[in-house]
Amino acid sequence: MNSKLTNRLATGMFWLVGLGILAILAWFLWHILSAGLPHISWKFLTKKPEEMLSGGGIGPQLFNSFYILALSLLFSIPFGVGAGIWLSEYAKKNRFTDLVRLATEMLASVPSIVFGLFGLLVFVTTLHMGYSIIGGALTLSLLNLPVLVRVTEETLRAVPDSYREASLALGATKWQTIRKVLLPTALPGLVTGITLVAGRALGESAILIFTAGVSVSRFAPDFNVMASGETLAVHLWYVRSEGLVPDATQIAEGTAALLVLVVLILNLVIALPSRFLQRKMAGKSS
Amino acid sequence: MDIAIKETHDDRCASAPPSWNNRRRRADRMMHWLFIGSAAFVSLIIFSIILFVGSQGLKTFADVSVLQFFSLDWTPSENKFGAGVFILGSFIVTGLALVLAVPFAVLGAVFMSKIAPNWMREIMRPATDLFVGIPSVVYGLVGLTTFVPIVGKLTGTAGFGVLPAALILAIMILPTILSVSEDAIRTLPGSLEEASYALGATRWQTIRKVLIPAATPGILTGVILGMGRAIGEAMAVQMVIGNAPLLPKGLGDPTSVLTTQIVKEMLNAPFGSTLSNSLFLMSLVLLLVSLSLILIIRIVARRRAV
Repeated sequence: MNSKLTNRLATGMFWLVGLGILAILAWFLWHILSAGLPHISWKFLTKKPEEMLSGGGIGPQLFNSFYILALSLLFSIPFGVGAGIWLSEYAKKNRFTDLVRLATEMLASVPSIVFGLFGLLVFVTTLHMGYSIIGGALTLSLLNLPVLVRVTEETLRAVPDSYREASLALGATKWQTIRKVLLPTALPGLVTGITLVAGRALGESAILIFTAGVSVSRFAPDFNVMASGETLAVHLWYVRSEGLVPDATQIAEGTAALLVLVVLILNLVIALPSRFLQRKMAGKSS
Repeated sequence: MDIAIKETHDDRCASAPPSWNNRRRRADRMMHWLFIGSAAFVSLIIFSIILFVGSQGLKTFADVSVLQFFSLDWTPSENKFGAGVFILGSFIVTGLALVLAVPFAVLGAVFMSKIAPNWMREIMRPATDLFVGIPSVVYGLVGLTTFVPIVGKLTGTAGFGVLPAALILAIMILPTILSVSEDAIRTLPGSLEEASYALGATRWQTIRKVLIPAATPGILTGVILGMGRAIGEAMAVQMVIGNAPLLPKGLGDPTSVLTTQIVKEMLNAPFGSTLSNSLFLMSLVLLLVSLSLILIIRIVARRRAV
């Protein structure tokens, strides 16, 4: 009798904790969006920021965020996917493979601020890039790499061996098998992984403060990679802790809501088209 | 999982001309080397980070003795670079965040894997994934606008300090610990649970005496991952901790941790100065702590495999 009562109490407690966790998450989301969404307007999204007056926008920061993200993916995807392919398809069980695995795992655990200081030391100072979009993008790509390696390896391993055997039996070389069979089959998983990486890179701030800087170029969309490139996340931190504008709180809240919206959209993007791609790629084409 | 396919070196194809075969084989070999090259490149990065950040940081010891660096007196204007406060602060804040987050995360993981009905699981899983993806500055802003005023009212201070930092970190690491623990509990062999029920145990007894002990290595991995995330988090903590280089006496006292001190001082520290070098040394300490956490996870995982 006693143990049955305890069991019922425990079940109640578990429900309470589960609902409590959901409630915290829901409150968090509601808090950010309800505070920030009213501040978002077309003007806010496109206008340049102000130094001293209120009413500044976040146009250049929005542009820089996606520009730096695109560059960092451009730098990291070839290496990350290449290393993932090697680990999944070529690597034999030996010391070198163990070392690559350990190094990737270690790289994944590096705190982002350490990446930031590394970028400051190597790209900004030693290679004389200064606080620039290119310095930020290069450092950010180091953060992307370990996740890309892991995702590529996992998705390729999930492809059944019969695919490889069939392709090799038709006389294809290993590279042809990878390019024409394995990568297309693994594409949905890769896209999901890259979207995850993109979301993380978009919200990163500790790295970019020390590499892309906390100011924006005088020109609105500045494609010059040597220009300084403050991003949305950095701007949010900067206006709230060092900014002089009187409407810092509103700008910060609007930026936060925008960042959360982008993360929400990316999560939806992960869920939807990967299923569509799966059907298309695994079915008839290529 | 080793693939039992050998590379066909002798892939002559009767119908294709030899030049085509040669080109094919050359492309194959070149890509092999490119893949090895990327793997080697990725592995090289972590060692160059240790080397560069480490060598810049170790320059501190030209001006500051080792003992001084680990002392508690941080007054750069008087050439006192004691980072002990920040190292202690990092562990205090991280420990407090773990105390707040781990019970919830483990109970939540059990709930999600064993008790929750399917529809509830379908809500909880994407929700936790979403929260891993929210940028840390957003967590910082929420901490600043909600926790700081509340703590301020409770303690009668400005509200910046250890408690709001630990609260915000606890919310940040909760999803990480939860999802790793949930994975560990869900992948336990079903026979364990069945045997326990067959002996007449209730669900609570099964969870407490069988499932949680069996999943401990996995849960521990989640806790260590959360700890790594908490100790390396910079921006969210910097916004709420108050940034005073003092040891906190109470939960509402402002203090500083390794990451926040770097954020606060680095942009104004002239490159090559003792101040800048000591900040690099602090980031080396941070890096070594994170790397040793990875080693601990490896040891835990090995024990799990046995």
